[in-house]
Amino acid sequence: MDDLLSEFLTETNESLAELDVELVQLEQNPNDKELLGNIFRLMHTIKGTCGFLGLPRLESVAHAGENVLGKLRDGELEVTPEAVTLILECLDNIRALLEQLEATEAEPEGDDSDLIARLNAFADGDAAPAEAAPAAEEAPAEESGGGDTTLDELELAFQNAKGPAELAAEKAAQEAAEAEAAGAEAEVEAEAEAEAEPEPVKAEEPKKEAAPKKEPAAKKEAAPKKEPAAKKEAAPKQAEKEPAAAEAKKEGSVANQSLRVNVDVLENLMTMVSELVLTRNQLLQILRSQSESEFAAPLQRLNHVVSELQEGVMATRMQPIGNAWAKLPRIVRDLAHELDKKIDLVMKGAETELDRQVLELIKDPLTHMVRNSADHGLEVPADRLKAGKPEIGTVTLNAFHEGGHIIIEIADDGKGLSVDKIKQKCIDNGLANEAELDQMSEQQIQQFIFKAGFSTAAAVTSVSGRGVGMDVVRTNIEKIGGTIELTSVEGRGTKFVIKIPLTLAIVSALIVECASERFAIPQLSVVELVRASAHTEHTIERINGTPVLRLRNRLLPLVNLRHLLKLDGENTAKAAKDALSASVTETKPAAEAESGATPKEAAKADAVKGTDDEEVFIVVAQIGNYSMGIIVDRVFDTEEIVVKPVAPILRNIQLFSGNTILGDGSVVMILDPNGIAAATGEISVAEGAEDNAKGRHMARSSDSVAMLIFRAVDATPKAVPLALVARLEEIDLQQVEFSNGQYVVQYRGQLMPLVMMDPSQKLESEGRQPVLVFADGKRTMGLVVQEIVDIVEGRMNIELSSEREGYVGTAVIDGKATDIIDAGYYLTLAFHDWFQADRETLDGEGHGRRLLVVDDSPFFRNLLQPLLTVAGYDVVCVESADAALELCEAGEDFDVIISDIEMPGMNGFEFARKITAETRWAETPIVALSSFSNPSDLARGREAGFKDYVAKTDRDALLNTLHDTLAELRGAA
Amino acid sequence: MSSPKDEGAVERTPMADAVADTEDFVTFTIADQLFGIPVLKVQDVLSSHNITRIPLAPPEIAGSLNLRGRIVTAMDVRLRLGLPPRDRKASMSIVAEHEGELYSLMVDSVGEVLALKGSAWERNPPTLDPKFRDYSLGIYRLDDQLLVVLDVNRLLDYDRVQAA
Repeated sequence: MDDLLSEFLTETNESLAELDVELVQLEQNPNDKELLGNIFRLMHTIKGTCGFLGLPRLESVAHAGENVLGKLRDGELEVTPEAVTLILECLDNIRALLEQLEATEAEPEGDDSDLIARLNAFADGDAAPAEAAPAAEEAPAEESGGGDTTLDELELAFQNAKGPAELAAEKAAQEAAEAEAAGAEAEVEAEAEAEAEPEPVKAEEPKKEAAPKKEPAAKKEAAPKKEPAAKKEAAPKQAEKEPAAAEAKKEGSVANQSLRVNVDVLENLMTMVSELVLTRNQLLQILRSQSESEFAAPLQRLNHVVSELQEGVMATRMQPIGNAWAKLPRIVRDLAHELDKKIDLVMKGAETELDRQVLELIKDPLTHMVRNSADHGLEVPADRLKAGKPEIGTVTLNAFHEGGHIIIEIADDGKGLSVDKIKQKCIDNGLANEAELDQMSEQQIQQFIFKAGFSTAAAVTSVSGRGVGMDVVRTNIEKIGGTIELTSVEGRGTKFVIKIPLTLAIVSALIVECASERFAIPQLSVVELVRASAHTEHTIERINGTPVLRLRNRLLPLVNLRHLLKLDGENTAKAAKDALSASVTETKPAAEAESGATPKEAAKADAVKGTDDEEVFIVVAQIGNYSMGIIVDRVFDTEEIVVKPVAPILRNIQLFSGNTILGDGSVVMILDPNGIAAATGEISVAEGAEDNAKGRHMARSSDSVAMLIFRAVDATPKAVPLALVARLEEIDLQQVEFSNGQYVVQYRGQLMPLVMMDPSQKLESEGRQPVLVFADGKRTMGLVVQEIVDIVEGRMNIELSSEREGYVGTAVIDGKATDIIDAGYYLTLAFHDWFQADRETLDGEGHGRRLLVVDDSPFFRNLLQPLLTVAGYDVVCVESADAALELCEAGEDFDVIISDIEMPGMNGFEFARKITAETRWAETPIVALSSFSNPSDLARGREAGFKDYVAKTDRDALLNTLHDTLAELRGAA
Repeated sequence: MSSPKDEGAVERTPMADAVADTEDFVTFTIADQLFGIPVLKVQDVLSSHNITRIPLAPPEIAGSLNLRGRIVTAMDVRLRLGLPPRDRKASMSIVAEHEGELYSLMVDSVGEVLALKGSAWERNPPTLDPKFRDYSLGIYRLDDQLLVVLDVNRLLDYDRVQAA
């Protein structure tokens, strides 16, 4: 049922109950003005709400009742038992209507003119003083004989003539015979006009009420009712009783199902439950240490009950997010007027529920952002038409659940963020200088809108743009453990994605130990646990001191919690630095280390110490689409913890999101994976707190690629996408053999060819040599390099493309000009048939097949073209969707289109939509190519018309997908 | 710092004849200096407690502890005042509330409660060490010793310090 309606029902039923009591009191104390005033107000409220909700029938009844009450209040009429009876009758009528409203969610058909007429007549003061309820019923009959004919009466007469005809029609649907009888009735009725007037109406009433209840018997009853005048009284009485009885039965429905509770009560309850959870945890902890205890069984029960209680109390705090949106349509409407824009506000997922506390906290940021979208985002109609967009701008709000989080999207189809304007603003406000800005990607520049003192609107309007905007929004969202992300395409619109936890109060957390200290990591961000030691299959390897872990053919960046938290203070040179704190070191070494060492440096120090032999645990955490491993000493179990905020003194430490008391009564800090990701330093953006949001952004951004930096041949750093590298090895040069004009080494039971970047280079005969291992199926190839330098996560913009064989071009990585090598080239050096092998397996179906590759990144175009060409395809590469559409118009045809998703201008989704909807390529299968893919992307892609989704760097998957797609095509042909 | 035990610091005449114009102070010593905090500010006095240290926190923050289900942040007042650290581990703590949060102030030893006359109060001597001056609300002249009134609010107000 509609929330508004059920609330109305609850409220009105409450008011009715109150009215019943007060009316009876009034009857006893007819002169109690205050009471009368209150009664009038209640009735007035009911009338007002009915009018507001568009319930005319209820409204008219309530209105008539209010009229009488008004007269009573003003002293024009006297409070008599008759008056009270009449009002009570009016209430009963309202109640009966409400009951049906509740059952059918619509106001029942029908007519209350009799009651209204009587009420009005009474209000007009010409009702003959009658003594009892039956007399009251007679009132209209008498009155109709009276001189003054009111409008209501005329209406009444008019309806009387119609009434039976309606009845007849209704009956006709059921029984033809009865319809005739009804027709006869109508005639009789017409003859006996004056006397019988009110009666058919009454007869109709119970019938109408009975109709939805499917009681044809009640209908038949109607016929005999009209004949003897004596029965007049019985009929309405019965009519009143029937709904009353039904009402009693249904009493327990909506009105009694919801109950208003003060929020404080719920908050208290929640706090108590939180404490109860903690106490239960303590008990369980004690139980664990005792192998056999008679408490085991009852504690187990307690455990279950507490868990259920916790869930129950949490449920009371859940509210649909629509509550936070309720005001938005009005705000947007007003804005549209004020700004002369045409705005359509679309709200999806309003029923998504989240914790009340969270809801309160995001209400204002959301309102602010919607205002922003409407004010700054959308253009005025004239500009929109000029830009070829529909005149009406759209602001879309979308909320849904995803993995324990609520995702809220706020999107507009306006002008998007202007990178140039932001740049200018940054320079004007001194947020960054031109040189810095030039180094930044568009995404990074867009992030500046989250900075304090920034506003994109050139002029400050009354609506927004006072420079206290997005930074406050971001702070508020991050305060509740949420994240906010931004994507914007100039000319096409802006989209904000807010991700917030379902609830703040209780979370499940993994307890870990590091340097004898325990910490909690929210379970939500933990993906898996890996035990690593020299003797297991998982070993921590190092690239110039930076630890990494091979996990399912991927390199996982690692961060050592010990270093991150500076828990190894004793070992660092800085330990003795601060004389004042020197001796505190024994008790709290962590606290004193005010060192400036970055985690990376610390990690390098660790490499020297060589802790590889020890067994450590790696907590694999996922932050957005970015995964990393956190090295800890030990892992305990998971525990439900109650997050408590840290003392204000410690709020500036980004790595902690709170603290809590564990089952054993000790206090532990809760680690914030977002903060850890930001602090790992692989993100070289801006300063301080900015790192946080931006870092996550960088990691998620589709253009961001992990690059392995190494040195070979000359001093220029070389780079290759990390995803292409299967492993990093150090080979013993003594084991290298020379065979068939090629260096080879026995590696994992196979011969692995070694390829030199510089063909003239000769290998030393002793020592160790780092090698990048590329693998493909059973084949492996080692690329000999001088030194592996680092892994850098970042955008890759090829600035100079290369003519040299084996190089894709040069890019700026980590502030240095870096050669990007063409891995494909070296693969063919090792195995001339490296790619031909694929051709065999693919059975040459590539032959003659034309492929169109749409990708804005020159790197991937350069990577894909040779790869697909050697697989036998005829490949055409273009750098944008527009260029592809031009080809379409030029009459080119392709068998398959492969398109990137994230592209400037038209993105992949729009491209696919456009092609499938509007062009003659509608039948051509389109495969999406993206460096990230998660299920929601997949769904979105499918919706847009993509046939399949392939990760950018997954060459095999791409070839297989092409194979499948083409096979399907052939099958269809 | 020199004397191993600080008992001497607190054995003074209890001001039994304290009259209207007095305020009660909880006394404690740090590095042989007597300090006082208005008794109404003090929630609790603890002997050594199991403290969880907090990595990356300022040096004077010793960690946090669980006081009957509430998390209390422990601060070593010695370090906060710029004094050298304690040469022995055992210490006592005074728990005070500041802006809704509980803090445990670690001191060398806690003495008795004294009722001090307003007439015995004086402003900080201008020559006082700046750190002391910052956190002192004035000096009480006792018979054989001086008592520094510690300004708990300023001691725990990090915003001000960071801004400065």
